[in-house]
Amino acid sequence: MRAMVYRGPYKVRVEEKDVPRIEHPNDAIVRVALGAICGSDLHLYHGMMPDTRVGMTFGHEFVGVVEEVGPSVRNLQRGDRVMVPFNIYCGSCFFCARGLYANCHNVNPNATAVGGIYGYSHTCGGYDGAQAEFVRVPFADVGPSVIPEWMDDEDAVLLTDALATGYFGAQLADIVEGDVVVVFGAGPVGLFAARSAWLMGAGRVIVVDHLEYRLEKARTFAYAETINFVEHDDVVVTLKRATEHLGADRVIDAVGAEADGNLLQHVTSAKLKLQGGSPVALNWAIDSVRKGGTVSVMGAYGPMFSAVKFGDAMNKGLTLRMNQAPVKRQWPRLFEHVRNGYLKPSDVVTHRIPLEHIAEGYHLFSAKLDGCIKPLVVPSAA
Amino acid sequence: MPYGPDKPPLPESSEQLRARIPGWGADLDPQDRPAVPRERFDPEASGAHWDVPEQQPERWPRERSIEHARLTPVFGTSTPLKGLSGVVRRYAYARYSEGRAAHWLLLLAGDRIDAVESYLASFVSLRPDNPVTETGVLAEPGAHPVGSRYGQKRTDTVHLPLDPVIVAGPWVLAAAAAVVVLRVGLRRRRRV
Repeated sequence: MRAMVYRGPYKVRVEEKDVPRIEHPNDAIVRVALGAICGSDLHLYHGMMPDTRVGMTFGHEFVGVVEEVGPSVRNLQRGDRVMVPFNIYCGSCFFCARGLYANCHNVNPNATAVGGIYGYSHTCGGYDGAQAEFVRVPFADVGPSVIPEWMDDEDAVLLTDALATGYFGAQLADIVEGDVVVVFGAGPVGLFAARSAWLMGAGRVIVVDHLEYRLEKARTFAYAETINFVEHDDVVVTLKRATEHLGADRVIDAVGAEADGNLLQHVTSAKLKLQGGSPVALNWAIDSVRKGGTVSVMGAYGPMFSAVKFGDAMNKGLTLRMNQAPVKRQWPRLFEHVRNGYLKPSDVVTHRIPLEHIAEGYHLFSAKLDGCIKPLVVPSAA
Repeated sequence: MPYGPDKPPLPESSEQLRARIPGWGADLDPQDRPAVPRERFDPEASGAHWDVPEQQPERWPRERSIEHARLTPVFGTSTPLKGLSGVVRRYAYARYSEGRAAHWLLLLAGDRIDAVESYLASFVSLRPDNPVTETGVLAEPGAHPVGSRYGQKRTDTVHLPLDPVIVAGPWVLAAAAAVVVLRVGLRRRRRV
């Protein structure tokens, strides 16, 4: 089969690889119909995530058709059109039994702090991902769902991570009616978080970024006020002024490990890998939220330490909430919102990249060229 | 202002927002939010029909965190350990827990070694690495490379020059190592 393969920092190519095999009785093999490149894939692409091996295939957002099932699979059969959460999880461990599907203890031998994620380094379990023609899907009776007839593939693929994560970020912020919500980052997750904040009754939503074309999307797609932090000497002061010096009630970090805005933080983390991530957005969140407020962290950070301002967080009495999204728990409600027209996930798609041109896709997305917000990946045989 | 008890007034009322924004307030009630409460004991909800999953066969020795009591029932089978990078990574897993910086720094070192090993190995394969096609820079001409980067107030253009250093760095180091090895070899040969 054709598959994207990592060749070292900033380098990927498409190679012939063996079609994945059933490794466990509850596995399925899925023929990928549509995939995507996630902003968090860029952390792998840039060599930031420990134990990212040359030869690995990335990709954790995908929909496809079931090609083969293992002997213990009951809920799926060959030919089913499925959407697959980015979380790999068993459904029965201590954590899964309590709904913490992103924190499964039975799928990742390489780390106890992280669950399993498709195509996301050995730190997340060592599973090949879905920027390929076929992918192995463990626990086929637990993770995948048959795509509803009325839903198109582009909406479905965004429900496998970006929309579920953005909505989850708003949910973790514990928004109540009339809250002022600030979202750092106007990528797909930030845009979905901003849009979801309204569903939860926000009174104002302000999105902060430095890419003007994404802020434009935040205004039109997410109905948000926007701030380009480059235009302000100190974005924290700007946000204080915008909230009559109270600070925002809830702040969502939808940026993560490669945040810009402070050259030292960015270079020591994203370039020199001396921190788990550049906590610029997280520190701005801590400083711009009001005392007693909530910071919700959706941005992905590496497992190393980062220079986070915990003193301010403690002194302000903040609640910090975070997790990878338990995608499948979000789906029933999100399906309703998509069907009602409250959310149209595919509105953020800007590029559709053939798998054979995946190197160009990564470069466009990484360098933020050509107005790129969300690139989808179309396998050759799809 | 926070100097008094009241919250600053909002520019729009809830009724105005509901009229302007599709779905505003649909999930006002936390009970309508899907992961509330965060932990809810319900082992039947996931669809799992096992208490502990069957063990996936271990087709080669699988490295694991020493914080785990056992090999997990299911695990990824991408890219088994190999070469010097494999030695470094295996040591990181066997010796240090996830709580130790040494664990992660060794794994990052393994990644860099892996990159260099793989570059070198590619030259004795039928498909040597090609930094032009693999970095995707061929996308530049059709992607408004100047207009996308400049005059846009974006702040990341400050550190863009570092990216080529990261890409080319291992190549330069590998070439330097090859020169050193070659020179040492030639010197020894002359002595003989």
